[in-house]
Amino acid sequence: MSSATHSSVELKSGVKGFVKDWEDDKQTFHVPWGKAMMWIFLLSDTFIFSCFLTGYMNVRASTRVEWPPVSEIFSLSMGGEPIPLLLIAIMTFVLITSSGTMAMAVNMGYRRDRAKTAALMFATAAFGAIFVGMQAFEWTKLIVEEGIRPWGNPFGAPQFGSFFFMITGFHGLHVSIGVIYIAVVALKVLRGDYEKKGYEIVEITGLYWHFVDLVWVFIFAFFYLW
Amino acid sequence: MSEGQTHPLSVYFWIWGLLFVLSAGSYAVDYMDFQGIVRWSLILIFMFLKSGFIVAIFMHMVWERMALALAILVPPVLLLFLIGMMQIEGTYTESTRVEYFGNDVAVYEVPHVTAASEESH
Repeated sequence: MSSATHSSVELKSGVKGFVKDWEDDKQTFHVPWGKAMMWIFLLSDTFIFSCFLTGYMNVRASTRVEWPPVSEIFSLSMGGEPIPLLLIAIMTFVLITSSGTMAMAVNMGYRRDRAKTAALMFATAAFGAIFVGMQAFEWTKLIVEEGIRPWGNPFGAPQFGSFFFMITGFHGLHVSIGVIYIAVVALKVLRGDYEKKGYEIVEITGLYWHFVDLVWVFIFAFFYLW
Repeated sequence: MSEGQTHPLSVYFWIWGLLFVLSAGSYAVDYMDFQGIVRWSLILIFMFLKSGFIVAIFMHMVWERMALALAILVPPVLLLFLIGMMQIEGTYTESTRVEYFGNDVAVYEVPHVTAASEESH
């Protein structure tokens, strides 16, 4: 397979290489097909999340009612004193930590260190599961204690709830799917399924996981901080 | 390219640390309660730095060939048009609301069904 993906012709770099790659009528992307496909999937996912965030921006620009005080709603009390956005900050750090372990796993994969690759991937999946757990806690707190619903809330603009549940819910779904995906690939790595094929699959799985982290960067900026 | 993307581990550790620092930075924006244009620019700066490093280093985009990089990174630029148009549309909607319903915020407030009132039904 590797002979099909990496052609034997010498490849030019830079702008000349860019033009040459696209004018060839055989193969444009000189990467494993799975990697190119994952990138194209992530590109389409970028558009989905962007539509959600743009819709949120549009509604927030058009509403006359005050937007709920996000920083206060998502505060967590530590020793009586509420700390703004504490849970969200912890979730952010958990996700970044998981991104780091995933990057390490990709590296270990290409070094063909199966045990370390699988261990790092399981660590990534565990951090992802912790993230989903904290999100479930946050949703429960918001629904049960704060009385936030998709159609209204006691703090201000009623659209707040619908955008919050849709955007963080869709992201949480991505994290959950990622946890399963990573765990499955890690098991297969451990079993030695990729000894012949090569360890590109770990990098492809990693691309998906880093994307999940990337989306969170935008959600954190626009939904929680703005 | 021997086999895929192989880079020294130190690169990842540096970026990992940097992402922590940048995240702490964007959290500090809220914690220190910056407002207005300072807040918005800081949020955007930290956001673009973080997302840039994730895509460039963790997702290996700087080491990919230009054909792949441009195919993935150029289409999202189109989103700027969507964002721009929706911003114009949003402010227009707001202006029509003010024109037809006036400036009194109370007019727009929907009575909220609380958890307590839901249970009493």
